[in-house]
Amino acid sequence: MNDPGPYRPLTYFQLMEISLRELLVEKGVVTEEEVAEEVEAMRRRGYERGARVVARAWTDPGYKQRLLENGTKACEELGLEVPALKLLVVENTPEVHNAIVCTLCSCYPRMLLGIPPEWYKSRNYRSRMVREPRAVLAEFGLEIPERVAIRVHDSTADMRYLVLPMRPSGTEGWNEERLASLVTRDCMIGVAVPRA
Amino acid sequence: MARARPRPLKEQFRPGDAVRVLDAHPLGHVRTPFYIRGKTGTVERLCGAFPNPEELAQMRDGLPAQPLYRVRFRQQDVWPDYRGGADDVVEVEIYQHWLEKP
Repeated sequence: MNDPGPYRPLTYFQLMEISLRELLVEKGVVTEEEVAEEVEAMRRRGYERGARVVARAWTDPGYKQRLLENGTKACEELGLEVPALKLLVVENTPEVHNAIVCTLCSCYPRMLLGIPPEWYKSRNYRSRMVREPRAVLAEFGLEIPERVAIRVHDSTADMRYLVLPMRPSGTEGWNEERLASLVTRDCMIGVAVPRA
Repeated sequence: MARARPRPLKEQFRPGDAVRVLDAHPLGHVRTPFYIRGKTGTVERLCGAFPNPEELAQMRDGLPAQPLYRVRFRQQDVWPDYRGGADDVVEVEIYQHWLEKP
């Protein structure tokens, strides 16, 4: 058996989670099985759904327009279930680079990108991304030229954001699946750009 | 019988309008970041109307719903020592009751 390490009492939030879950089960609102299934589904969800949306937008101008007008509806059009997600898609162009942050907590389009990376929730990223985005992006290895404006989106309330990156050159004639393989999670947060 | 849901509050601003964020510091759950309070920007779009999160956090219904705006701020207006181009912006979602005409 693995050494479980020194004894640590449950934290406040762990206790609260257990109490709430047990109460909901006891009252018959949910079953333990349903909770476990939902947690598993959340863990399994990756950023592939987001990549599919981007690849479709790259290959279908009509879809791209609908996506920029109403992100939620455009996701549903691809058969993606995105309950409660109010999605705003922001488009990178040769003149504008977009990046997403949530300075207040860690709002993130989980339905499309899965669980956010640790750094997205860090105080460092959250406080500096609005204050010195160019320096932060450089730390991700992304140098944005001065002539390109940076548009930082602080996800402070009810909307969720997804960056639509620019389609890399050299991908002419690629099908959607192959294109989707270029689209990483970081590209859709705006701290990276896809490269062919 | 369920009470009728009150209509959302009327929108007071339109895209393109200049708006200033209140420089207020109420206690409790607030979704207006400190760094943007007192700053002036431009309404980029109306996002719709949503129950007021400050009320929701107090277990009330947050109704009538508050119009929510996406407001664009020039980085150089937000941070006087900002290092980057004059076109760099930050966009923040702000509820109507936090906005006033500058």
